[in-house]
Amino acid sequence: MISGTMLARLASPRTGGLLGLAAVIALLPLALTNTYFYDIAVLVGLNAIVCIGLNLLIGYAGQISLGHAGFFGLGAYGSAILASRYGWPPLAAMLATTVAVAALAFVVGRPILRLKGHYLAMATLGLGIIIYMVIATEDKYTGGPDGIAVVPFSIGGFVLQGERVWYWVVGALLLLAAWLALNLIESPAGRALRALHSSEVGAEVVGINAAEHKLMVFVISAVFACVAGSLGAHYSGFITPGKAAFLHSIELVTMVVFGGMASTFGAVVGAAVLTTLPQLLAAFEDYEMMVFGAVMMGTMIFLPRGVVPSLARLLATRRDATADGEGNGV
Amino acid sequence: MSLLRVDRLGKKFGGVNAVDDLSFEIRPGAVYSIIGPNGAGKTTLLNMLTGVYQPSAGRIVFGEHDLTGCAPYEYARHGIARTFQNLQVFFNMSALENVMVGRYMQERCGLVSALLRSRRLARAEHACREEAAELMRYVGLQNYLYASADAMPYGALKRLEIARALATRPKLMLLDEPAAGLNPTEALELDDLIGRLTGRGVTVVLVEHNMRLVMGVSDHILVLDYGRKLAEGPALTVRNDPKVIEAYLGSAVSHDGTFGETIADAVAVAVEMHR
Repeated sequence: MISGTMLARLASPRTGGLLGLAAVIALLPLALTNTYFYDIAVLVGLNAIVCIGLNLLIGYAGQISLGHAGFFGLGAYGSAILASRYGWPPLAAMLATTVAVAALAFVVGRPILRLKGHYLAMATLGLGIIIYMVIATEDKYTGGPDGIAVVPFSIGGFVLQGERVWYWVVGALLLLAAWLALNLIESPAGRALRALHSSEVGAEVVGINAAEHKLMVFVISAVFACVAGSLGAHYSGFITPGKAAFLHSIELVTMVVFGGMASTFGAVVGAAVLTTLPQLLAAFEDYEMMVFGAVMMGTMIFLPRGVVPSLARLLATRRDATADGEGNGV
Repeated sequence: MSLLRVDRLGKKFGGVNAVDDLSFEIRPGAVYSIIGPNGAGKTTLLNMLTGVYQPSAGRIVFGEHDLTGCAPYEYARHGIARTFQNLQVFFNMSALENVMVGRYMQERCGLVSALLRSRRLARAEHACREEAAELMRYVGLQNYLYASADAMPYGALKRLEIARALATRPKLMLLDEPAAGLNPTEALELDDLIGRLTGRGVTVVLVEHNMRLVMGVSDHILVLDYGRKLAEGPALTVRNDPKVIEAYLGSAVSHDGTFGETIADAVAVAVEMHR
């Protein structure tokens, strides 16, 4: 009986999935044979943190954003400017930036989240472009298109340096992000988000303020992107406006859709595959982007719900089919 | 003391008065039915009574509170729940989770405790799950406790909406054509369910075309025609009201003589009402 409930708990996405993710993070270094691999793994982790947040907005609440690279960029530049230009302690710079970005998302989100579908896509796209333009043109603070150097992250006297150290820091934060997202989804607020995704009027008539919940998840997803941006800036030591650009927003949305909407681990898988694939495909040289596109198209045709949910469903039906087969045999 | 008071309510769509100068009161503890031909404004009225539509004129007073102009979630928070004629089930969730969403107002918690999954929240979630399962059994969905909403048949989904609405612990529950699309057996079970709802102290507003059901369960009936009140009163009075019979049968006769589906319906209804 007890082992039964424990097994059920292990199989739940929250506990089981988190343990699985922790195991992957813990064991992955066995396969990471040089610092280049560690570098890719850190980038995967940072993208995955953004995607977990973005998936709360897109996958669970059903609200699109084509401007999240803007929040990522603001996180990166906020940290860079405060820590490098004004000499703030990096942690304080990061916290201040996060609060500012949350406030921005709150203020901007209020009017634009009234829009739906394509119109929301346009509005968030506009927001992202404005942020990019500000970063690219305010060269007095941001260094403009040339970018800006960022001091290493340090707490007290301890400086975070080297891919291996960053790997563990980002790995721990990725686990934390996944844990927070899974908790939210399984809470009344998370159910409210999924409900308004399916039927906004259905959610409203049981007492859910849909606008308030959309705004909340928009702010949360902006904060996830902002924190990842701050960390990314300190990690790489040099940033350019490209990280805030439209193309990066599209990449992030693609990762979420590819991995599987409304699946936290799908967001992680999407980030992992789409960050590493271009590296793996480097062998194709000039044809790299063509193969990349073909892989994406093939995945969406054969796994239309995204990698993780489609495979989960496939496994479930196969298991049902075997169970039925045994039943018929008896 | 009335539970709900509607005062000179009106709703215009372009130049059309979907609901026009409508006033009535609903007393607590009864089944109050709203009937009328298609296009009489019944669903428009229900949408206004839950804040889904904003009225163009008039007031809606629930208990002590004037709710005119409030958002749907505010109507819900004052104790008005509803089901939908065209289902608004959350198909991306399990049946049980659908009902758990109905518990939102009692369960909602701060963002921090949701993100960190506080111990208290975990306990509340457990209780919420139990209560949702209990409600599913109450409406007769015990076989769907582990079902996904998108794998359930139509009749079960209608009950699921009732369970979800009940989960909000409403004072007033609006049922928009609960019998539409049900087979005769399922429709019969609905009589029983509606009876048990009032037994729980929930006042029921029933919008329905199935006259057998309406006549069987209603204490009070409001008849709408072209958005206006045609008749109102105790069920027995209304069913014998000549104006009502004419509205149902008269419209049939005034047509070009071909017996369309709706006309045949009206005749059948009128005959049934005369029994």
